[in-house]
Amino acid sequence: MRLNLLAIFAAVYLLVLYAPIVLLPLFAFNDGTVIAFPLRGFTTQWFAALLDTPALHQATFNSLVIAVSTAIFATILGLFAARAATRYGFPAKAGIIGFIMLPLVLPEVIVAISLLIVLMQLGLNSGTWSIIAGHTLICTPFAIAILQGSFANMDRSLEEAAVDLGETAWSTFRLITLPLVSPGIIASLLICFTISLDEFIIAFFLSGNEPTLPVYLWGQLRFPARLPVVMALGTILVILSVLLLVVAETFRRRGLKRAGLKDTGGFL
Amino acid sequence: MSGSLAKMMRSDAGKGLTLVSPTLIYALLLLAAPLASIVLLSFWTQLATVAGQAQFDRTLQLSNYREALTDPLYRALMLRSLRISGMVMLVTVVLAFPVAYFISFHVRPDRKSLWLFLITIPFWTSYLIRVFLWRVILAYDGPVNSGLLALGVIDEPLGWILYNANSVVITLAHAYAPFAILPIFVALEKIDRSLLEAARDLGESKAMTFLRVTLPLAMPGVLAAVLIVFIPTIGDYVTPQLVGGSGGTMIANNIHAQIFALNDRPMGATLAVLAMLIVAMVLLWGIARARFWLWLMDRAGGGFAGIGLALAVAVAEITVIRVAFSQGPALIGAGASVIALLLVATALSAFILWRLPKGRWGI
Amino acid sequence: MSQKTPIVTLTGVQKYYGDYHALRGITAEIGQGEFFSLLGPSGCGKTTLLRSIAGFEDLSEGQLLLDGRDMEGVPPNKRPTNMVFQSYAIFPHMNVAENVGFGLRRSSMSTEEKRRAVGEALEMVGLGKFGARAAHALSGGQRQRVALARALIMKPKVLLLDEPLSALDKKMREVMQVELIRLQREVGITFILVTHDQEEALVMSDRIAVMFEGEIAQLADPETLYRRPNSRRVAEFIGMMNFLPATVLPTGPGGGRVALEVAGLGRAELETAQCPGGAAIGEAEIGLRPESLTVLYEGQSAEGGREAEGTVREVVYYGDMTYYDILIDGAPSPVRVSMRNMPGRRVLDFGARARLAWDPRAMVLFC
Ligand SMILES: Nc1ncnc2c1ncn2[C@@H]1O[C@H](COP(=O)(O)OP(=O)(O)OP(=O)(O)O)[C@@H](O)[C@H]1O
Ligand SMILES: [Mg+2]
Repeated sequence: MRLNLLAIFAAVYLLVLYAPIVLLPLFAFNDGTVIAFPLRGFTTQWFAALLDTPALHQATFNSLVIAVSTAIFATILGLFAARAATRYGFPAKAGIIGFIMLPLVLPEVIVAISLLIVLMQLGLNSGTWSIIAGHTLICTPFAIAILQGSFANMDRSLEEAAVDLGETAWSTFRLITLPLVSPGIIASLLICFTISLDEFIIAFFLSGNEPTLPVYLWGQLRFPARLPVVMALGTILVILSVLLLVVAETFRRRGLKRAGLKDTGGFL
Repeated sequence: MSGSLAKMMRSDAGKGLTLVSPTLIYALLLLAAPLASIVLLSFWTQLATVAGQAQFDRTLQLSNYREALTDPLYRALMLRSLRISGMVMLVTVVLAFPVAYFISFHVRPDRKSLWLFLITIPFWTSYLIRVFLWRVILAYDGPVNSGLLALGVIDEPLGWILYNANSVVITLAHAYAPFAILPIFVALEKIDRSLLEAARDLGESKAMTFLRVTLPLAMPGVLAAVLIVFIPTIGDYVTPQLVGGSGGTMIANNIHAQIFALNDRPMGATLAVLAMLIVAMVLLWGIARARFWLWLMDRAGGGFAGIGLALAVAVAEITVIRVAFSQGPALIGAGASVIALLLVATALSAFILWRLPKGRWGI
Repeated sequence: MSQKTPIVTLTGVQKYYGDYHALRGITAEIGQGEFFSLLGPSGCGKTTLLRSIAGFEDLSEGQLLLDGRDMEGVPPNKRPTNMVFQSYAIFPHMNVAENVGFGLRRSSMSTEEKRRAVGEALEMVGLGKFGARAAHALSGGQRQRVALARALIMKPKVLLLDEPLSALDKKMREVMQVELIRLQREVGITFILVTHDQEEALVMSDRIAVMFEGEIAQLADPETLYRRPNSRRVAEFIGMMNFLPATVLPTGPGGGRVALEVAGLGRAELETAQCPGGAAIGEAEIGLRPESLTVLYEGQSAEGGREAEGTVREVVYYGDMTYYDILIDGAPSPVRVSMRNMPGRRVLDFGARARLAWDPRAMVLFC
């Protein structure tokens, strides 16, 4: 009985969790200009409208540039820190790692405003590069969390065996460590890409006149007539995110399997 | 000299520091320095904007803080932010616990990661659009209202579920659900199942086993969930802006307005610093109180009597704080009362954290 | 032993995990104050049986009586049993005294009485001064003692122990074996011990149930189990045993005795007690423990002329003992012989010829 109640609760919870995402395609294919029930009929015109919106294309391009750069930078910085944290003990380790992980809990608006104010005070114009810098800052902790998992899962004696068999530190890293950690690296790239693509606040504060996709979307939300198109765009974004996630999860599991470990749960 | 340096570099500590330094330097440059600069800026004062260039009075003074703490508008804003974040945290954690418990204890081991995956997916989809869709869901003619009308639960659409603090709480609780479930799930997974059997074997019922063993051991996860939900939500911008209406705005919205609309950067910086300070103090206070209440509970024998005593003390304390907050401004002035309250609370928290050892609840 | 009033009665107990048949008709009676062991290889269902008695598993079929009361539907917290878990299950968020006193919360004792009871229980397991120690700051042996004290303080009618010694090193294990025997005598509670270590079972128990694949293969006191195993499987599991092919002859001497022709050894006559599995005429096997074969040195001869000759195929020197594998002429495979090393007694070399004495009274017949 207890179990049944719990199971029902969990099922309802999951349902509510998915409620907004389920509504999204309903409105995206709805042949009506207001986002409300009842639905009117099926159409793909909103998706077609996406194709002839140059501002959208520019924003998408900006977002892709930012997301790709962020994914690469954050993963590289994450590699350094994760390797240091799992392999070596050093003074003030907990403090240093804790500080680097801080953006994970810091409200994003704080990161955004402090970066913006520094840029303003320095008289610099914010733009794509500053968004990349900000996104790298908030994505690095995620990269570290994922990579730390991969490094920790790796049996340290594997590397010692390679060194014992005559490899140098660098060739050991290249031949042993990197292949074993590569699923983690791919997962980290994908996750950072996804986070950056979806990040709004930092981009909103720092974008100046080069909006990213979410900033563009935000602007569109003010115009009721544009909402169906936004729904169509949202549908595409959701599908894209889910695809990316499934791929990332697959890589993460493959990494676990390669390290000969059992699955212990999700990303975070 | 250079030999010992080389030796240092070859040691574990040296290698570790070298390796972590790029990331650390990056975080120092892009996090520590900007944070320090907004603290500095918060002590400056905005003079005027000449041809788009802001002019500052660069003498360090507390005028922004005085204004933020005494102006009823700012006071209301910060209180509202705190209240909304607190509610979100409460709702999220209370609803997340049973789900985490269900996944950890009742889902087949090979299905667990599927469940976790299902729970994390919505979190990774466009935040803006999710929030916007809540506006649709909660709207006057949205699915919730039309559903309830059709079921005959209500006679006319509910007005109180959109464009106010309630809708902000609902939407944020939805957005932060996985953040609460995951740490609690991890803590529950770590509990050795034979501990629960041992408690049953020693004569405890299922409910008491849960209270005496499961809950205390899950507490670190609950605490992590509280932190992970409470801290970021207080700085949320999108949700209050989209579904909050005028009664649901929070600190971040005001910070944005200060900087972009009013062009008063020092005030924006002050609000940001205050938000961080208040969050830190409230958390310190919360943890200290939790430790104290749990200690009281143990003192009273751990069972339902203990829970009753701890609850009574907690309610009394909160009442005292509410009275102090509402009566204080009239008695000793607005700024003074806030500062006095914060100082007393922080001192008390520090004292408790210092004197009471970390209890068996891991807090 | 089995005359004592039964405290645990198992009748036709079956347990299924889905399709998997974990317990296949267990029937046994365990007496008041008995030290009873469940012995068997990994996966034979020992833990399952123990957990069924404790109430953590429901029986699929059959009946369990504890102190005469049917336990159907009685949850673990309402049963007169307590358990020492294999992992010890020490609550990590409580100190030693709180762990030991955990089960007393519901008792009607005053706080003072509870404290005294905890003190006594800790004293009993030799941890008198450890009450305030944090649970995580204990060694394996100490955790084991805390788990014991925590269960014994409840004054159960039956104490269940699931491989309580397996996590300890060899020295500690021997110390705790003696300690457990002492404790059991002292408190007079029925102990049911699960182990896969035959030596441990033999040392500690009043009676042992040897289990294979969810069934009790033999239930007897240690001596019977060692001297008269009822099947080759049981014999192989408990200690070392040599097996030689034999033929049960149709022309028995009568009077309950059986005549055999044993490969390499010749004619032997056994009592029916030596044939716990029965004796059907035809092909069979006999078992002989290594210590009931003796190497004869020059000038020695076997009583009753029961001698055999063979070649030494392996010599394993142990200090106090030497093990020989000797291929007896006419036997299909070597037998193992254990000899105590004594001054003036030469250790045989590999390849040497050796004479052996054998005693038919030490033989067991398996059909
Ligand atoms: N919950 C379960 N679900 C399915 N099968 C189980 C379960 N528990 C035990 N089994 C199976 O039942 C059989 C008996 O298990 P049990 O734990 O009783 O063995 P055991 O004799 O205690 O072994 P060991 O010496 O290794 O502890 C094993 O094959 C095991 O795989
Ligand atoms: Mg077992």
